[in-house]
Amino acid sequence: MIAVSERLARVRSSPTEAAVPDPGQLIPVMRSTLVVRCNPLTKIGVALILMVGALLSIDLVSAGVVFVFCLLALPATGLDLSAAAKRLWFLPAGALLAAWGTALLAEKTGPVVVDFGPILFTTGSLSAAAAIFLRALALAIPLIVLASTIDPRDLSDALIQHLRLPEVVVVSVLAASRLLGLLVSEWQVLSMARRARGVAGGSLLRRTHSLFSGVFVLLVVSIRRATTLAMAMEGRAFGRPGRTWRRRSHFGIRDLVVVLISLAVCALAIVAAHLLGTWNPIIG
Amino acid sequence: MALPITARGYSWTHADRDTPAVGPLDIDIAAGEKVLLLGPSGAGKSTLLHAIAGVLPEESGESSGELLVGGEAPNPRRGGTGLVLQDPDSQVIFSRIGDDVAFGMENLGLPAETIEARIPSSLRAMGLDLPAEHPSAALSGGQKQRLALAGIHAMSPEIIVLDEPTANIDPSSAPGVRDAVLAVQAETQATMLVVEHRVGLWLDHVDRVIVLGRQGILAQGAPSRVFGHPNLSSVLIECGIWVPEAPSLSRDDRTRSLSGSVRTGGEPERSRVLSDRADDRLGEVLLRTEELSVARPRMRAPAVAGLDLSLRAGQALGLVGPNGAGKSTTALTMAGLIPEFAGAVHAEAELRDGLRRTRPFAWPSAQLAPRIGMVFQEPAHQFLASSVAGELELGPRLAGWSSAEITSRVDDLLVSLGLAELSQAHPQSLSGGEKRRLSVAAMMAPRPRVLIVDEPTFGQDALTWAGLVEMFLDALAHGSAVVAVSHDQAFLEAIGADLLDLGDHGGGAATVSADVQVRAGDRGE
Repeated sequence: MIAVSERLARVRSSPTEAAVPDPGQLIPVMRSTLVVRCNPLTKIGVALILMVGALLSIDLVSAGVVFVFCLLALPATGLDLSAAAKRLWFLPAGALLAAWGTALLAEKTGPVVVDFGPILFTTGSLSAAAAIFLRALALAIPLIVLASTIDPRDLSDALIQHLRLPEVVVVSVLAASRLLGLLVSEWQVLSMARRARGVAGGSLLRRTHSLFSGVFVLLVVSIRRATTLAMAMEGRAFGRPGRTWRRRSHFGIRDLVVVLISLAVCALAIVAAHLLGTWNPIIG
Repeated sequence: MALPITARGYSWTHADRDTPAVGPLDIDIAAGEKVLLLGPSGAGKSTLLHAIAGVLPEESGESSGELLVGGEAPNPRRGGTGLVLQDPDSQVIFSRIGDDVAFGMENLGLPAETIEARIPSSLRAMGLDLPAEHPSAALSGGQKQRLALAGIHAMSPEIIVLDEPTANIDPSSAPGVRDAVLAVQAETQATMLVVEHRVGLWLDHVDRVIVLGRQGILAQGAPSRVFGHPNLSSVLIECGIWVPEAPSLSRDDRTRSLSGSVRTGGEPERSRVLSDRADDRLGEVLLRTEELSVARPRMRAPAVAGLDLSLRAGQALGLVGPNGAGKSTTALTMAGLIPEFAGAVHAEAELRDGLRRTRPFAWPSAQLAPRIGMVFQEPAHQFLASSVAGELELGPRLAGWSSAEITSRVDDLLVSLGLAELSQAHPQSLSGGEKRRLSVAAMMAPRPRVLIVDEPTFGQDALTWAGLVEMFLDALAHGSAVVAVSHDQAFLEAIGADLLDLGDHGGGAATVSADVQVRAGDRGE
């Protein structure tokens, strides 16, 4: 018996009791800030307003104003910025790629900056590229904040209570969207299971074959899961008329403040571009 | 107000099968009665529960006869039914546990204040002491089952329908969960139907036992009458129902009497051989962990830390502990399927068998499978073939066995698991318990040296359970090592497992209990 306890020496407790992050979240929210507590509809509104500011014109000034505001406002979103950098590094990289393409293909106005064989950059094409780069990021940041700070449940509350969307549809979509998120972890388990059975890896032909059988199992498992979920929901009286809501979705002063700030930024971006003469509208 | 349930010649047939999944049945359950529904694996117990709850999808099969709940066809929208299904993973509805518990109450149209007040009390009643904002995706399987029960608890329904409500819950807290369910029943006087393989857990608390066979009801009546009847005991044993001869008797003793009476040949006393086995008769070390910490991918903190253990040929190790202690994560890490959070898993030369790298995680799949077999918590994930026999052939075929060897191995496995009649069925069409047995057998087929299994006995009746135990004992006797994550103490005892309690966070010292082997030794005398 002593041998037994020697063989299996010891187990220590897990060291931290940190707040549990939701594995389904894009970027973890570290602090509950003013922005995080806003109504989901407000957040969507703010994102739309900022997009208008950045989208209407392809120029450095309007995009720059919105971009700088987004950067300055990032700490107020309570997001884990290091996690964001780790998971979304490809966004600035993608924007840079788009800028590169723009610099190569845009109208070559102004003095030449770089002339290296087929690569010809002028000040004109470079400023267009910079505008594209800033614009892409100015569009992406509000969307990331939106996706990370909106609890789907809060959104569905708001959609049903303020926009009067049909509740059975919204709740079903909400439940289904959770299953969609599960698909990712489901696929990970399936990959593990295929590896454990010895059919992962090998030749390209085998990989392809095992990929298809994996997709098939994923399909079967998903359909079963959806059927079970539907049963579980029905089994708890879903679809019965006269549903109530645990939480009232409401708007507060903070929603107004956030909307006004974003409107001001949008207006500033447009006015500044006009004043500095860089306004370059996408329409007309 | 409770509702009575009546059935007259009721049966239900899956769209793709010829014989009915359940029935034909005649049942009369009075309003407020508490019923324990028993029967062999695959007898249609779950199907009957779904029918009573009114959630059987119409397009997936056909019913005949009559089934009435409170004098009407079952209709979940009437709002009085609380249903908890077998698969805890698929019944989480919302991403925060508070919302999930609130779901049923919202559907019933309760006022928001009532809902808010009941959420924490229902969570606590089911032993889920977590804030309402806790993400449901971060719950373990057993915790999800508690969450589903809390949702029903909060609804205070007229009919409570539970499909293996404690199957994923650790045995030390199962009585607590049962009592909470009984308290809801007592409060609401609801009619209650429970399917549960842990018969002893419910027997003293139900009014009636119904034994469901493949051709309808085999026996019903008060628990004492059904289990006390001399003519019925053989019926019950044939159905693989644990016969509670005496309250103090462990499940394991029952298996022994079972294997004595049912199994004619074989080696019913192999367990004694095992228990006589001294430590020095264990083989060489196969797998070793060094300061191992484990965590799910993307998690920042380890679920279990500082694990130092070595696994020897012929040794069985049971990973136990409360729900959420990190048992499954530890199993997956040892199986080389997820990377170590810190520390390392080392395979010794005997297990490596020519491979250069010592970390199983670094092995290619084709090398991993014949060395370390893993059975997942959710069996459906592992199936790759289109028939039960094909599933069993896969491993040995990949390992390069001759076709004669494969055939004899597959036939043996089919018989010992009671799946012979289903050899051509599609694995995904099996019942929960059958899937579980198939996934274990498919993993064992190529005789890997290390077997790592997550809840291998889920959904088994006594007969199929004994079959599984035999398979594990056989593997141990062939020099394999077993790591089992299980809440089934009787199973761990039966395979003579050393226990490692991952939930014991108190001391930080050794938490290995050796008394399991002592008890296994006592049994032979």
